[in-house]
Amino acid sequence: MRLFLLIVLLQPLGAFAEDYVVIIIKNHKFQPAEITIPAGKKMELIVDNQDATPEEFESHELNREKIIAGNSKARIFIGPLTPGRYPFFGEFNEATAQGVIIVK
Amino acid sequence: MFGTAVIVFREVLEASLIIGILAAATRTVPNSRSWLAAGVLIGLVGSGIVAMFTDVIGSLASGMGQEIFNAAVLGVAVLMLAWHNIWMSSHGAALAASAKSIGKKITDGSNECSILLIIVGLAVLREGSETVLFLHGIAASDNGGQFSMLLGGLVGVLSGIAVGYTIYAGLLRIPMRWFFTATGILVLLLAAGMASQTAHFLIQADLLPSLVAPLWDTSAILSEKSLLGMLLHNLIGYNSRPTGMQMVFYITTLISIGIGMKWANRSRKLIVK
Repeated sequence: MRLFLLIVLLQPLGAFAEDYVVIIIKNHKFQPAEITIPAGKKMELIVDNQDATPEEFESHELNREKIIAGNSKARIFIGPLTPGRYPFFGEFNEATAQGVIIVK
Repeated sequence: MFGTAVIVFREVLEASLIIGILAAATRTVPNSRSWLAAGVLIGLVGSGIVAMFTDVIGSLASGMGQEIFNAAVLGVAVLMLAWHNIWMSSHGAALAASAKSIGKKITDGSNECSILLIIVGLAVLREGSETVLFLHGIAASDNGGQFSMLLGGLVGVLSGIAVGYTIYAGLLRIPMRWFFTATGILVLLLAAGMASQTAHFLIQADLLPSLVAPLWDTSAILSEKSLLGMLLHNLIGYNSRPTGMQMVFYITTLISIGIGMKWANRSRKLIVK
């Protein structure tokens, strides 16, 4: 019963948090490399760099750039966005680290 | 190797342009050269330290430490550039004419020189730490070909410095009559561009609204990935997809420093009279 109450009470707090998507970097590649998110909504990307080397998440289309140290995570807010394709890449390993956010 | 050179070039370019422009702008300020060199050295040491603590800085402020750090470094640089430009518009010409006594020159100059040290130090610190991280990542990985990639890094550093030197040498060729106006305008635009970048990081950290995003989209005409786009981005703060808030920061900085320069210039003329 107490646990139930706690869950009910905490519920509204959870509603305030933005929706998030996790992107993993492994072997200098993004997984998933293609993400679909709804238009007109603020989102949070949690980029989990599982490589030992640092990476810079960058997107001119999203107007974002952030360095993620090796073996660590970073939070990046994006949106609200209009429908379209928003490519992103890892600046330190541009040959392999490519991805795209599709806004519908 | 080529890819590495391009990345390092991009990072070095910004600091190199700032140093080139400021070195030219302060040519008449006594001792400015040694203060400039000290700024570069301190910046280099600082970039190593910042690179080492990237994950610590990043984890501050609920994961927004990197954005806040960048915004703070840029914000301080904008204030220093503003101070520099207003100071130069009242003293630069006088120093050039060497109308004042030597003692007065040195006291005037030393204040300006410490500002110069901070601007250059911060520019090297910010761009340098990213370069250090990138090159360290290459050196640490064991997929072979490190040597050619590090060689690419060296090529990137040298070409970045070459562009900075070119703008420096080019500015020195401007006749004295227009020299301070030219460097004043360049520094003004540099500061406005950095203010826009400050806004960019504060928006990314979710501390400021973007207002309109994007305000325009000229990426098809002039991308920031092209050499010209890169140069304009670093020189005048060109952005192919700016937000409304970045524009507000840009214009506000342009107007405030512009008014400060006009005011300082007028009070100098009054004193001379």
